Amino acid sequence: MRECRIEVVPGGPALVRGADVVADPDGAAHPVTRPVVAVCLCGLSQRQPWCDATHKVAEGS
Amino acid sequence: MLLPSPRGTLGAALVSALRGDGPVPATGAHDDEDDLQLSLWVLYELHYRGFDDVPGTWEWDPELLRLRAALEAGFEAAIRERCAGLVTEAEEQAGEQDDVVTALRLIAEADVPALSSYLHRTATAEQYREFLMARSVYHLKESDPHSWAVPRLTGAPKAALAELQYDELGGGRPDRVHQQLFADALTEAGLDPAYGSYVDLTPAPVLAVNNAMSLFGLHRRLVGACVGHLAAFEMTSSLPCRRYAQGAERLELGPAVVRYFDEHVEADAVHEHLAARDICARLVDQQPALRADVLLGAAACVLLEADAARATLDAWEQGLSALRAPEQERVA
Repeated sequence: MRECRIEVVPGGPALVRGADVVADPDGAAHPVTRPVVAVCLCGLSQRQPWCDATHKVAEGS
Repeated sequence: MLLPSPRGTLGAALVSALRGDGPVPATGAHDDEDDLQLSLWVLYELHYRGFDDVPGTWEWDPELLRLRAALEAGFEAAIRERCAGLVTEAEEQAGEQDDVVTALRLIAEADVPALSSYLHRTATAEQYREFLMARSVYHLKESDPHSWAVPRLTGAPKAALAELQYDELGGGRPDRVHQQLFADALTEAGLDPAYGSYVDLTPAPVLAVNNAMSLFGLHRRLVGACVGHLAAFEMTSSLPCRRYAQGAERLELGPAVVRYFDEHVEADAVHEHLAARDICARLVDQQPALRADVLLGAAACVLLEADAARATLDAWEQGLSALRAPEQERVA
């Protein structure tokens, strides 16, 4: 089995390497199509489960 | 691509020399910023895909390299002068937090003119096409200038840059190479997707954005600036790309245009962390002396892009084209 690595960026998303599928908050499965994916941790992303940098807007307001 | 039209006496002499019609200019004396940036752009392009009307051997011609060095000396000095204030400001604000990631973030967050809000809500379809044409000079070779850094890095930052570039270059799928996504967007917007087709229309500040990337990429001593530039580019991309995508939807420019920017919302939300944390910070761990150049590259990305945006917005707000007029119209 290959290793799945998760690195949490302080104030940002989780960078995930080695996963095949990530589930969104509703349980729907999203295939991983790039070498590293950023998974939303703040809950504000408009394209769950992926980070879309919305946390920066929230931070600034 | 054929050689572009020269914009002054230096460019005219250079283009003649590359066609075999005269000597390589002996000095870097140029008429104005347009003449300088176009000449530099031509000299750099010899190291990418070159010109169909220039033999490949010119790439390493000693006289051309001497001319390029003369132009680069002035260009690099101008960039350093332009960026010194923003770098100092970021360093001071970062203060106790000595990490390069904080300083990069402060530079990326600088309050500078940007096109994204205008393209999102205000631009006409014609203005949006002008934006795509000017951007095509870079996006049809997107990420290539930063690939020059690969052989200059070792260990962790090298692995991280390769990881980032693998995604930029399609992750093994030619149809997903970002350069190809942009070519698809041009085609769908009714524009020419051929490499270099809009160079003659591209204003000097946009060529300067491109030339800075080549300057940083082609000089091993500037590898810090090369990766710092990459980090700032990625850190200032995700949110604007969402606005570009929504602007393209508003103007009904087609799914390929929306898709290009939409891909970057998600991709660059990943890349910004790889670039800042895994490439820049790890490189500075290895070579602390490169920290200043990393921040210089980041500031150059932000400020040269802002200069180009300011010129574009000024033109649009006056109801003018942001592009240069084609040669025949300017002569007439």
